[in-house]
Amino acid sequence: MNIQIEDSELVRDYISGDERALEILIKKHNQRITSFIYSKVLDRDITEDIFQDTFIKVINTLKKGSYSEEGKFLPWVMRIAHNLIIDHFRKNKRMPKFEGNDDFNIFSVIGDDKLNAEKQIIKNQIDSDLGQLIEELPDDQREVLIMRIYKDMSFKEISENTGVSINTALGRMRYALINLRKIIDKHNIVLTD
Amino acid sequence: MEKIYSEEKNACELTKVGSDTVQFLLDYSKSLRIVGYKSFKFETNLN
Repeated sequence: MNIQIEDSELVRDYISGDERALEILIKKHNQRITSFIYSKVLDRDITEDIFQDTFIKVINTLKKGSYSEEGKFLPWVMRIAHNLIIDHFRKNKRMPKFEGNDDFNIFSVIGDDKLNAEKQIIKNQIDSDLGQLIEELPDDQREVLIMRIYKDMSFKEISENTGVSINTALGRMRYALINLRKIIDKHNIVLTD
Repeated sequence: MEKIYSEEKNACELTKVGSDTVQFLLDYSKSLRIVGYKSFKFETNLN
């Protein structure tokens, strides 16, 4: 036989020192209070946190003897939960929480642009391999490529420095790149990270 | 007649907190002692 004990009776027993009464109260109203909190915050973990904070306040108030029997127990607990939900949203408004997902990663905003150790080692290796490959190029092509890529000179500046026309400089650059690709293909070199 | 669907259909989901949370609260309650002295009330938590 299932005997329904009134909340007021359970509260009275709990205040008198019967810890079992609290367990009955929590289990009795667990679903109702949890569902209420979840319907507002829509997050399981936050629901658990707010439920816990709600009952900590309930326990403190009851143990201090500050609870008045004027209202009903459940509406009182719901009001505490409601206030804590408001606190939660206020706190989040002051301190917005960003969570990464597939479309957005917070570290793309706050992370520095330095490579991590592994990528830095790979980059150094690629730079070193590329340097050796460039050494294989004919002198005129190598000269233009180094000026353009490593010294960041314009083709106009290259033509002035090497004493050839801009078109010739462009042609040498083009052949330098074609020849680099040929060397890479010939030796099956992989230059990616 | 036009049907109105709630945007937050999961809002009505019935759910309960886990047994860990309930047990924590029961343990917290057992450990809490309120000591009164004159108009002061002191909370103590016994581990």
